[in-house]
Amino acid sequence: MKKTTKNIIYIALLLLIFALSYVVDIIAPYSMLVTVLRKGAVYALVAVSMNLLNGFTGLFSLGQAGFMLLGAYTYAIFTIPTAVRESVYYYYEGGIINFQMNMILAMLLAGVVAAIFAYLIGLPVLKLKSDYLAIATLGFAEIVRALAQWDGFGKITNGSNLLKKFPVLDNTTQYFLIVAICIAVIAMLIHSTYGRAFKAIRDDEIAAQAMGINLARHEQLSFVISAFFAGIGGALLAIFQTTVQANAFKSAMTYEILLIVVIGGIGSITGSILGSFLFIACSEWWLRFLDEPMFIGTFQVPLLRTGFRMVVFSVIIMIVVLFFRRGIMGDKEFSLDRIAKLFRKKAKGDKK
Amino acid sequence: MDFIAKYLPYLLAGISVGGQYALIAIGYTMVYGILRLINFAHADIFMVAGFIMVYASASMPIYLSIPLVIVLTVVLGFVVERVAYKPLRSAPRMSVMISAIGVSYLLQNTAWYVTGGLAKVYPTIPWISDTVTFMGCTTKRVTFITPVLTILLVVILVLLIKYTKIGIAMRAVSKDFETSQLMGIKINTVISMTFIIGSFLAAVGSLLYFSNYATVTPTIGAMPGLKAFVAAVFGGIGSIPGAVIGAFIIGICENFIKAAGLTTFSDAFTFALLIVVLIVKPNGIFGESTSEKV
Repeated sequence: MKKTTKNIIYIALLLLIFALSYVVDIIAPYSMLVTVLRKGAVYALVAVSMNLLNGFTGLFSLGQAGFMLLGAYTYAIFTIPTAVRESVYYYYEGGIINFQMNMILAMLLAGVVAAIFAYLIGLPVLKLKSDYLAIATLGFAEIVRALAQWDGFGKITNGSNLLKKFPVLDNTTQYFLIVAICIAVIAMLIHSTYGRAFKAIRDDEIAAQAMGINLARHEQLSFVISAFFAGIGGALLAIFQTTVQANAFKSAMTYEILLIVVIGGIGSITGSILGSFLFIACSEWWLRFLDEPMFIGTFQVPLLRTGFRMVVFSVIIMIVVLFFRRGIMGDKEFSLDRIAKLFRKKAKGDKK
Repeated sequence: MDFIAKYLPYLLAGISVGGQYALIAIGYTMVYGILRLINFAHADIFMVAGFIMVYASASMPIYLSIPLVIVLTVVLGFVVERVAYKPLRSAPRMSVMISAIGVSYLLQNTAWYVTGGLAKVYPTIPWISDTVTFMGCTTKRVTFITPVLTILLVVILVLLIKYTKIGIAMRAVSKDFETSQLMGIKINTVISMTFIIGSFLAAVGSLLYFSNYATVTPTIGAMPGLKAFVAAVFGGIGSIPGAVIGAFIIGICENFIKAAGLTTFSDAFTFALLIVVLIVKPNGIFGESTSEKV
């Protein structure tokens, strides 16, 4: 296939996806599909940001929930309209921030705040290797959560109370647009010289160093960029949920994102995107029926009751982790060439 | 005297919870020593032990349910290793860790399903749940039993590792996985044994821990689990005495922070300590230093 035709097909596919997201809002505005698409998009961004770190740079970090929390809080704190601040910060006399930021600016600020924290925490933590890094970042996320709930910061973070009434996005296309732009930036980064350096570090640190790659600087860069996008993802999650509370950002959230990355394939951007939509669709929608008691005639199917969905779901995840270790995409990306090749192979097979 | 009256309860609580962390921490440190794996599922095995006790004691007398809890927990630990970790023996370390996270997710969701997500009241075990008065402060008897039992179990374990055949095998495997295999050590038996011992101690730990805290929920394992892990790192991962000392230090510090009125930070402190330890002395107090080879 020629490069121009390929690009046209890619652009057409992208436009088709946006068009579909637009149509869905009109046809079925309150359906499960909308929920899945929105939440899936948010998780796709966070999963890709985690993949940048875990899959492309080989840094096993479990701090994603912490960075998302920072992003979500930053967004919420700065965009609550001044008129309703009194009611949100009921226990803290209206809080101390008395202005409202533009939504897009606040989202960027959410990323920046997460990135600054990542830079600071990265200075000491990135000296650690593999599982120690994982535990240290997990610990960092827990500290952030404890601080966000602390009374002393109540005037800013509203203590352990909900932050709410901030502006939200009202159609799915907007979610898709923001997420697509962020993922495109990450993809471009991965294809740049920096991305190649990241992969070199992942494959062999010592060899990469010998080739003149500044290990500390590149790891720091990857960590900060990943946190930046996790922060934006956190802001989007806040928008999706319409309320924010620190308690939701537990380590379980990081684990879920990690499992999405694994299901999609470690080291594949399109894999992470597919993985997150699949994960959210399964956990929120397709397996829902397992939570309801079901009757075939008068016979009640055993085991079906609240919570069974998640049991089945985690068994599926374990099967993927154990037997399909490469996930959906492995470390490959979605490409027309591969699909075309697949068809050609089939066609050849038919001829024989 | 006022000083003692004020701080003694916190010190006692600290020692007691430290002992419980120690029992969990040994499971982490032994598995890490041999497989180089952070067994994220260990905290959930501890949680499941709590639930087994809740259900067992509802249908049988306490002297039967305690051994049953221990046996079932050990079986669970053994099965988890065989099903989730053994097939990944030659896989990269990250896959095994992800598998451990998967198991933890599965155990939590299963517990949620079985219990309906409600907190269950832990049965009172006669004698050890009784209240006693010590130097003017009232506490449960379990507070005093925990440190004694912990130290006793640790001494037995250390002797076991030092003098028995399986103990020597364990030490050999943790030193060099492949060479010990060449020397005819049955790796799988050794690894299973490690998980059995770890789960046994976690079961004992859960009996003591929940006698003090009274309710069990599906996610209750996470916090003590993480703290026990920090204790293991603090003491030098792979070292049993290190893990125990680390656990007592963390338990006591945590309770004194509570005494100072900073309850919110008692959890954050543990992790701050972890990060500081990892940076200042990554091998912990008693850990062996390792160098990276090309």
